[in-house]
Amino acid sequence: MLEMRKDIFADERDDDLREVGRPTQRQDILGHVTGTSAYYDDHRFANLLHLKVLRSPHAHARIRSIDDAAASRAPGVKRIIRGADVPVNLNTLLSLIQFGKDDEPSLATDTVRYKGEPILAVVATSERAAREALELVRISYDSLPAVFDVEEALKPGAVPVNPAYPKNTFDYHGKYDHQKLRFGDVEAAFAKADMVLEERYQMSPIEHAPTETNGSIAVPDTNGRFTVYTSTQALFFSLDTSAKINAMPSNQLHFVGGTVGGGFGGKVDTLTEPLAILAARLTGAPVRYRLSRHEEMQFGSPRGAERIYIKDGLMRDGRIVARKVRAYFDSGAYTRLSSYAVVKCVAHIPGPYTIPNVHADVYCVFTNRTPATAMRGFGVTALDFALECQMDKGAVAIGMDPLEFRMLNAYRDGDMKAHRRVAKNCALIECAQVAAEKAQWPLREEFRRMSSRKGGGEARPEVVADRSRAPAPAGTPRSPASTPQRVAYDRPQVDAKPPPSPPRDVPSPAGAPPSGSTHGVRRFSSIFGTRRR
Amino acid sequence: MKTPIQLRLNGEEVAAFADDGANLLDVLRESFGDLTVKGGCWQGTCGTCTVLVGGNPRLSCVTLAESCSGNSVETVAGLRRGADLHPLQSAFMEHFAAQCGYCTPGMLMAAKALLDRNPNPTREDVVDAICGNICRCTGYEPIIAAILDAARKGARRSA
Ligand code: FES
Ligand code: FES
Repeated sequence: MLEMRKDIFADERDDDLREVGRPTQRQDILGHVTGTSAYYDDHRFANLLHLKVLRSPHAHARIRSIDDAAASRAPGVKRIIRGADVPVNLNTLLSLIQFGKDDEPSLATDTVRYKGEPILAVVATSERAAREALELVRISYDSLPAVFDVEEALKPGAVPVNPAYPKNTFDYHGKYDHQKLRFGDVEAAFAKADMVLEERYQMSPIEHAPTETNGSIAVPDTNGRFTVYTSTQALFFSLDTSAKINAMPSNQLHFVGGTVGGGFGGKVDTLTEPLAILAARLTGAPVRYRLSRHEEMQFGSPRGAERIYIKDGLMRDGRIVARKVRAYFDSGAYTRLSSYAVVKCVAHIPGPYTIPNVHADVYCVFTNRTPATAMRGFGVTALDFALECQMDKGAVAIGMDPLEFRMLNAYRDGDMKAHRRVAKNCALIECAQVAAEKAQWPLREEFRRMSSRKGGGEARPEVVADRSRAPAPAGTPRSPASTPQRVAYDRPQVDAKPPPSPPRDVPSPAGAPPSGSTHGVRRFSSIFGTRRR
Repeated sequence: MKTPIQLRLNGEEVAAFADDGANLLDVLRESFGDLTVKGGCWQGTCGTCTVLVGGNPRLSCVTLAESCSGNSVETVAGLRRGADLHPLQSAFMEHFAAQCGYCTPGMLMAAKALLDRNPNPTREDVVDAICGNICRCTGYEPIIAAILDAARKGARRSA
């Protein structure tokens, strides 16, 4: 059962969250259990045509020639679409918010940059006819050297993957080849630390594998418009992207979506709609472009692979005094959303811990692999995996209980974060306390009394790591610490008592920035690099 | 060439001409308009397209439609009796056993096949019955709980 801890979140929300801890029925559940929920492919049209694309068998190659004469004469084939037929054959997903350069063709014309890149589309009266026609297309390639490793791709002389980004790194704000975070002086802190722990973490790409594959049906309307039934997770985003690629005003497109057979981030890339619309335009008939399961698994963009190096400076008492992170996101051959994932990653470093010296360099790197995209917390998930493994290793290295090690270093209200924002409404310590209680994981008395309130609730507790003690099994009583050391470093010991919660809705003095409630406060948008409401 | 297909689909006699070699999934959806049957892989690996042929669960995407001619075929479209839901359908709702709902028709039919031949299944029986059905959203536990609950309630009703 979930509960809302008003003592921790007193100044955050004024409603009582009636829904928390209680299940709420989906509004579409009756449709789901009766099989009547309409997914994009549950719409029926007379004379529906089917689109299939020919995909590159090479990770990196120059296309010397394409011979589609036999395919265009094959039974059932209505139209062959080549890159030259696509009105705007270069796009990047986030161009709608002016982030990144157009770098990805809908259909490759001269070079293929990953295995599975679409080169040509066949539109035919059945999926089978389209597939059989694809077999008749002859393409000759000059294969090119390919790069599959993020660090190899950054070495001098590495094969350039994507001509929009010749250094194989995404350009931030037109001038930075990576994202940086600098706070304090990590090198000085490493020199003074009792111990330095450096580790490497690697996360593989992960395919979302939704049970319904990506797909769409574009239907010409009588008024020059097109109605598009789609599996997209991002309806208006896909609409605008399709309008751009087809060089048509967006009011000529009517997108119908809503019921999606699983997405998890794998249905935000507008993989099928632009070509389905183009095919419907060129043939005047409704066209479906549906990925096969094989295409979905092999060529649907996955969660990107990430390689993360973390170096921590640790003190014997359990404090982390420095954290240095170097990370590489594998964007694949083109930019889908990895460029943005990097921004999220840097915003999440160093995790929910107060560390006085932080240094991070995070790169969005191009390789000849399948372009990577969004998936459930992308940018943060892999980093958290690395950070929390690192926390466990740090605890073992210091000889401290891993939960206490985290609590000791957790953000408290009022701490300055590495991003120069003041931490507020912190509750990691309280969550750890509840989790420990439920799991019957023994915490020492001072950790049971610890608090996320400013300065730790009361004076910051005095704790010490006991190096002789391995993490104790549940139920083992803890011996009190022998030589206590203060952990409140870098932070004045103020306020012995928790500050009273500010009353809500008290107008701030004229000219002073609003405090307490976040309503109406301008927030920082890292994508635009500007502040917006 | 076209092949005549005749089925007892959810109790109704139906007939159509289908392409030679057509699979049951396509014939149910395209010839008989039963869109409750979904395809997820079209290659016999995900269980989404599960229907009952002669009472047995079958992957309709890899079942030759012709081979079912003269047989009975059950899909989710036939589960409901008028306005009343089948106990499995109510249990799936109560236990939050569907999120995107795309695997649900196949899950329900796999579960129905189980309960039809074994009204008092163990948890292991349930796991075994749906082990060929992939769900990417719910995490299976709510589905298993729903099927067990439907079995309990169904048993109480017939007792
Ligand atoms: S669609 Fe038949 S098993 Fe996947
Ligand atoms: S509910 Fe989405 S796949 Fe099962």
